Amino acid sequence: MAALNLNTLVRQAHEQNDYDSLISLIPYAKLIGIECLRLGDDVVFRLPANKDNIGNPILPALHGGVIAGFMEHAAMLHLLMFMGIPHLPKIIDFSIDYLRAGHYRDTYAQCQVWRQGRRVANVAITAWQTNQTEPIATARAHFKVDEP
Amino acid sequence: MSDNPVLERAERFLSALRHCQVLGIAVHEAVPSGLTLRLPYSTQIIGNPESGVIHGGAITTLMDTTCGISTVCVLPEFEICPTLDLRIDYMRPAQPHKDVYGFAECYRVTENIIFTRGYAYQDNPDEPIAHVVGAFMRMGKGAQGDGALKRNIQGGA
Repeated sequence: MAALNLNTLVRQAHEQNDYDSLISLIPYAKLIGIECLRLGDDVVFRLPANKDNIGNPILPALHGGVIAGFMEHAAMLHLLMFMGIPHLPKIIDFSIDYLRAGHYRDTYAQCQVWRQGRRVANVAITAWQTNQTEPIATARAHFKVDEP
Repeated sequence: MSDNPVLERAERFLSALRHCQVLGIAVHEAVPSGLTLRLPYSTQIIGNPESGVIHGGAITTLMDTTCGISTVCVLPEFEICPTLDLRIDYMRPAQPHKDVYGFAECYRVTENIIFTRGYAYQDNPDEPIAHVVGAFMRMGKGAQGDGALKRNIQGGA
């Protein structure tokens, strides 16, 4: 595949307030179904309820790995959208605490970049469903953000 | 009686997890000392369209599942054990077009918590692509609503 011009794609997405083209670049994000909502200067990521994302058939609840994958991808998109990085950040480590069951319903995530260095960025991610003050999971991740 | 009850319980457990079916995850080996699952390479789990490398989220799902189901290697009967936390350290990128294997073992079992650790690899377990540790909560034998799933995973026992 030809080299991606991510800066152009990100600029167009911001201008048109439509992040679908940015999201559809990544097959995994399409598989689990990530969406991006712009709220003023903030951005919230949404994972619509999808039967294919269920891990616990009893509750039913989303697979913990899907919640983690959603949060990891939200962090990566957040870095692309706001930190001016011209290529895809690479995951170094990812650590997640599960606080509540992730029920079979829409899930949201918001990110905070605590530190962006020349080579590495540190991002905290919070995910919730019915109420932002009752997160279902918190996570933090390091990404490599210099040249691949 | 089966020759390998741990393998049968691991396979039944895995078959109940819909997202794992979507990813095509299968049991590779299940023995009392640990569990190995296989995640087949597919274009739907690509995380970098330029390199074809699979997404960290798919590796996390593989390792969360491997660590979670590895509890059948140490528990005499099925228990619901939700993940408390999970940490993944990436040692090297996965190579495209190759399956990923996940191994996990329970290295400490207490009344309330099971501590697991493992790694993900492709060709060589001595050169892992990721290391993982995860803690799981034991909900106890009487956990609400686990009856049908438990019977299913125990094989009608």
